[in-house]
Amino acid sequence: MSTLTHDPSPAQRARDAYRRRQTVLSVLVAAASTAAIGTLLAVAVTGAPGWDRVRESFLDPEIARDALPRVLTGLWLNVRLLVCCAIGALLLGLLIAVLRTLRGPVFFPIRALAAGYTYTFRGLPLIIVLYVLTLGVPGLRLQGMPPVLVLGGLALVLTYGGYLAEVFRAGIESVHSSQLAAARSLGLTYRQTMRHVVLPQAVRRVAPPLLNDVVALQKDVGLVSLAGPIDAVRAAQIATAQTFNYTPYIVAGVLFVLLAIPLIAVTDQVTLRAARRQSGG
Amino acid sequence: MVSTPRLLALAAAGSVLLAVSACAPESAPAPQPTASAACDKESLVTRTPGKLTIATDEPAYQPWFVDDKPDNGEGFESAVAYAVAEKLGYSRADVVWTRVKFETAVAPGPKEFDFDINQFSITDERKRAVDFSAPYYLVRQSVIALKSSPIAGKKSLADLRDAKLGAQVGTTSYQAITDLVKPTVEPQVYNSNDDAKKALQNGQIDGLVVDLPTAFYITSAEIDDAVIVGQFPQVGSPEAFGLLLDKDSPLTGCVSGAIGQLSGDGVLKQLEQQWLAQVAGAPELT
Repeated sequence: MSTLTHDPSPAQRARDAYRRRQTVLSVLVAAASTAAIGTLLAVAVTGAPGWDRVRESFLDPEIARDALPRVLTGLWLNVRLLVCCAIGALLLGLLIAVLRTLRGPVFFPIRALAAGYTYTFRGLPLIIVLYVLTLGVPGLRLQGMPPVLVLGGLALVLTYGGYLAEVFRAGIESVHSSQLAAARSLGLTYRQTMRHVVLPQAVRRVAPPLLNDVVALQKDVGLVSLAGPIDAVRAAQIATAQTFNYTPYIVAGVLFVLLAIPLIAVTDQVTLRAARRQSGG
Repeated sequence: MVSTPRLLALAAAGSVLLAVSACAPESAPAPQPTASAACDKESLVTRTPGKLTIATDEPAYQPWFVDDKPDNGEGFESAVAYAVAEKLGYSRADVVWTRVKFETAVAPGPKEFDFDINQFSITDERKRAVDFSAPYYLVRQSVIALKSSPIAGKKSLADLRDAKLGAQVGTTSYQAITDLVKPTVEPQVYNSNDDAKKALQNGQIDGLVVDLPTAFYITSAEIDDAVIVGQFPQVGSPEAFGLLLDKDSPLTGCVSGAIGQLSGDGVLKQLEQQWLAQVAGAPELT
């Protein structure tokens, strides 16, 4: 540790002062432009001829208060489903991706099946998968039929597993073949190579798109409500039907955004770190 | 100093927004209905002059409409709609049907119809957002179940408390479950009665709550082994269907007047007997 105090040169001081001024200036300009645009937007919206009616039917504080507990109860269902389905879909996606990247002619049928699965479930509209699983399958009247929530969750896992499998596969294939060769030449088996060399790199590389799909899943879990369970949006819909007022939807929307913020923030962080690593920073 | 490009960008953004707000369409003030306004084709202000645009949902179900064709005049609500049109001086050719989803029908924007007929129950809460005509049908809610269901043959609301009940979203049927039965199991809610019927057939719900005419139709024509468990008791003011109009619509008074006349003439009773004849005789749940 040096005891010398650092004494910047006059030129450096001038540079620092200039940078400070520039920072202050740009903050001021940003604030001014935000204020200007905000004011204009507010004037444009609130000055519209139908504004009063829209405000009454979309932003009624009293109705929002009444609807909040019900919407929150529904949101709790969304959260539970999201956690279970996200874990399930990530595991399934990883499994399918590994199966699709197996080498050797003996594994052809497995590769073909895995590929067929991703093609099918990425192409199928989620609503249709949900209908088949939640209203079709129980019609078989089999013993030990799981409850509708489990079936709905399964539909989500199957659909999102297809998307995530492709993301994982992209990650696996982005690992340079020299890594594989090096690992094998060290005497690692194929399984060890995948486990210790390829997959850690692959997952790290595709973390941002994986999280992105999880954010999308967060909005789609609510679709299980078509089979009966009441999620946040459904609770809002019920409240809206009772009053013919759309405020409960806004309440649900705000809650969804609040729920997504942490997830999106994590995604941004991971993306930033990955970018820094890539550019060798 | 603010650099020139920044200033330019600011100015541009500002002027665009100003232009947008300046161009906000001014809607003409709605014509105020005068007390003495004549209710006939010549003086009524409708969406299309000389035509009456009537909306309903798609699909439209029996016994309210037949074959999902509102313009055939068959089914109770189709018949009522044409009767109202006739009272206002519109011939069958002057009636134009349009399909509007429930959610769109009650939104605050301009309406695509003169009135909407789709089993809308009149409630005070809803009156804050839309206009209703005078009631054209008094309705009761009821529970249907498969013969094999644990609630088949039950006599009281208390017997239904532990049952898993279902209803269509956005209906007063759902409210009947939460307000009257107060079940211990969360009721299941479906997008349409079709989905709800499927769940009932699958045994995913013990009972389905629908209005009584629909219950009679489902149990007699759609699901063979379903029965009406009973109708809910009437609590407070009777539930009634009304035609739905835009808030402060200039037509509300005239349409209500037409309903009043049809009621007085006995036409509504006759249409009920023609299309909803069997609704008598469902056991009352106590």
